[in-house]
Amino acid sequence: MGKEACMVAFDEMTGSGAELRPAYDALDRWLKEAPPEMLALRRSQAELFFRRIGITFAVYGDEESTERLIPFDIIPRVLTKPEWTKLEAGLRQRVTAINMFLADVYGPKECIKAGIVPADLVYRNACYQLEMVDFQVPHGIYCHIAGIDIVRVDADTFYVLEDNARTPSGVSYMMENREVMLRLFPELFATHRVAPVDNYPDQLLATLRSVAPRSAPSDPNICLLTPGQFNSAFYEHSFLADKLGVELVEGSDLLVKDDVVYMRTTQGPKRVDVIYRRIDDEFIDPLVFRGDSVLGVPGLIGAYKAGNVTLANAVGTGVADDKAVYSYMPEIVKFFTGEEPILKNVPTYRCREPEANAYVLDNLEKLVVKEVNGSGGYGMLVGPHANKAQIETFRRKLKASPEGFIAQPTLALSTCPTFVASGVAPRHVDLRPYVLSGANGISCVPGGLTRVALKEGSLVVNSSQGGGTKDTWVLDA
Amino acid sequence: MLSRTADSLYWVSRYVERAEYLARILDATMRLSNLPSSYGGAGTEWQSAVATAGCDETFAKAYGEANERNVCDFLTFNPDNPSSIRNCLALARSNARGVRTALTSEMWDALNGAWLELQRFEKKRMDREEFARFLDWVKNVSLVFDGSAYRTMLRDDGYWFSRLGVYIERADNTARILDVKYHVLLPANEQVGGSLDYFQWTTVLREVSALTAYHWVYREAVKPLLIADLLILNRRMPRSLAACYENISRFLDLLGDSYGRQGPAQRQARKTLANLSSTGIEDIFQHGLHEFIEDFITENNRLGGTIIEQYLQ
Repeated sequence: MGKEACMVAFDEMTGSGAELRPAYDALDRWLKEAPPEMLALRRSQAELFFRRIGITFAVYGDEESTERLIPFDIIPRVLTKPEWTKLEAGLRQRVTAINMFLADVYGPKECIKAGIVPADLVYRNACYQLEMVDFQVPHGIYCHIAGIDIVRVDADTFYVLEDNARTPSGVSYMMENREVMLRLFPELFATHRVAPVDNYPDQLLATLRSVAPRSAPSDPNICLLTPGQFNSAFYEHSFLADKLGVELVEGSDLLVKDDVVYMRTTQGPKRVDVIYRRIDDEFIDPLVFRGDSVLGVPGLIGAYKAGNVTLANAVGTGVADDKAVYSYMPEIVKFFTGEEPILKNVPTYRCREPEANAYVLDNLEKLVVKEVNGSGGYGMLVGPHANKAQIETFRRKLKASPEGFIAQPTLALSTCPTFVASGVAPRHVDLRPYVLSGANGISCVPGGLTRVALKEGSLVVNSSQGGGTKDTWVLDA
Repeated sequence: MLSRTADSLYWVSRYVERAEYLARILDATMRLSNLPSSYGGAGTEWQSAVATAGCDETFAKAYGEANERNVCDFLTFNPDNPSSIRNCLALARSNARGVRTALTSEMWDALNGAWLELQRFEKKRMDREEFARFLDWVKNVSLVFDGSAYRTMLRDDGYWFSRLGVYIERADNTARILDVKYHVLLPANEQVGGSLDYFQWTTVLREVSALTAYHWVYREAVKPLLIADLLILNRRMPRSLAACYENISRFLDLLGDSYGRQGPAQRQARKTLANLSSTGIEDIFQHGLHEFIEDFITENNRLGGTIIEQYLQ
């Protein structure tokens, strides 16, 4: 589809045609007036800034690792206040429902009894953790930090592409992108009233503090648990720990004694109350999950279940962001909040339903078919880009085990003007806002991380496939 | 602070200090070996350099006989020598990376920049002039790192642990030089104006960059007794054992005060410092310089172990 999708895609700056959308008015004028040499200079300065940070934090030039710099585009993606207000309401509603859903599937299971979600989708889900059944998580919150991937298809329609309820990453890029824009283009911030994002760490800290176990002191000891410096997101872990002012710990820095978690300090063991963990469930405690994990902390789950420590996010949240469960999210939102969902799902065919599967089999060349348990683009068929053999392979798979798949129409993701080799051209973007849930309520800094597919016509925004990022502006007036 | 963080800060400093020390040994040995044999170029200087670096056993296994080429290789880029300059800088950087936020950005830049630049040196075969430039560069890395720490770090436990690393390592290095070279300092070898040992003595001073300092302090021709005094007891000399222990004891006391608890590390350091303060250089020579140095190395290692036990695990 490539070109075709480009032509019909909604452009964030020019809409569906040649009009200029008001939010981009000043930016457009600036782009036209700015001398090309100045823009080129700023672009190389931005690159330098990130390279330095890359050198500073990540592993640029390091033989032992493959982490690279993610390209940054200097043209911001702009959202208006009304657009954001609606998005934010939708995000709050969705994350509220995700937390209620998790409390329900590990508790009374009302949504299963009511037939909203098929029982096997939950119980046979690899991310459903039996350890969590009938366990009361502190303050009833499971998903403290969520990253909801949003795509836009026209002026009014935003779809949720994916919920990330485990350990979503990328928020450090959101903050660094703003930082570099503020440094390089102060004049743009004088002409635009851009809502700030630099209070994210404060909000995160407040959220983490609010969910400390009730037995914890009023100034709870919080730490961030990382798999270590060879993890690809280690830069973000150390960035966040630094901004939060909390210790960045590895599994070996923690020990559990009599169901209490301590960290090893120069003054002896110090009790830990809240752990913002960036380690997956299966590695977090070798006594309960993978016994060969050296990243985790033996006994951590015991301490967790004794109510002596809070894990953020809770164990077992993966059941809520699974692709099959995703297709039931509109019903889940309605069931738990009693409201119509504000954010739509991408229309999804559940192949487990015979009628839907029949349609999918008839239209494979038009659809995107995803394996329910796959992630990161694996086990996926993009119909319009696939050859006959690939389509036939999927046809066989779909006939053999339809319950393992969902299908969606290929979307014309919105585009945003972007610097490319040939000048400024439209490129497809998505958006990942970060939503925080604590005992103190839900918060969400305006905007989020905009990812952009730098290849012409490409819909793949993943950094591993040549995607870049942009600063995301929510205009206050 | 996390024990792992303190441990990394301590080792980052130790490795940087060690890298600089190796560069100075190579520099001084290079000079000595260039001398005609009648001036002390006895042919054993490369073996002696390996011994001074404290890795004669691993070296013997890898090469056997010591010469300029294999010693330079072994002490600089050889990946199989855990204490090569390359490995010291690599270990310093990887320790630093794991506790990135405990370092100031200046300290990190110094280490990371050094690591990136090191790859450039490593790729080419160096002639003597380039090799000398390389050694200068290593010394410079240590100066920049040390200066960054001094100028930018908060004065709290993180800084104190990083300083402890510097001084424990430095004390060990100075003592090792004395241990390997003690025989040239013994009175029996003293021949006034004797050219043979003169260059051995100045090499010792060069290895701790103290040749100029010596003249300022003693205003005399180079004499072994005074060299030993400068390197062991003189607190004005920043690489002397006494100066190292003055610092070690001070930083351990700062830790003890801040944590509200004294421990075996503080007591051990104080005892060694008292010993260095109450002894004269003549006493040391009378009781045996070699025994004194050997005891010191043992005590210094023991203190390193005590610090690890008390704080770093």
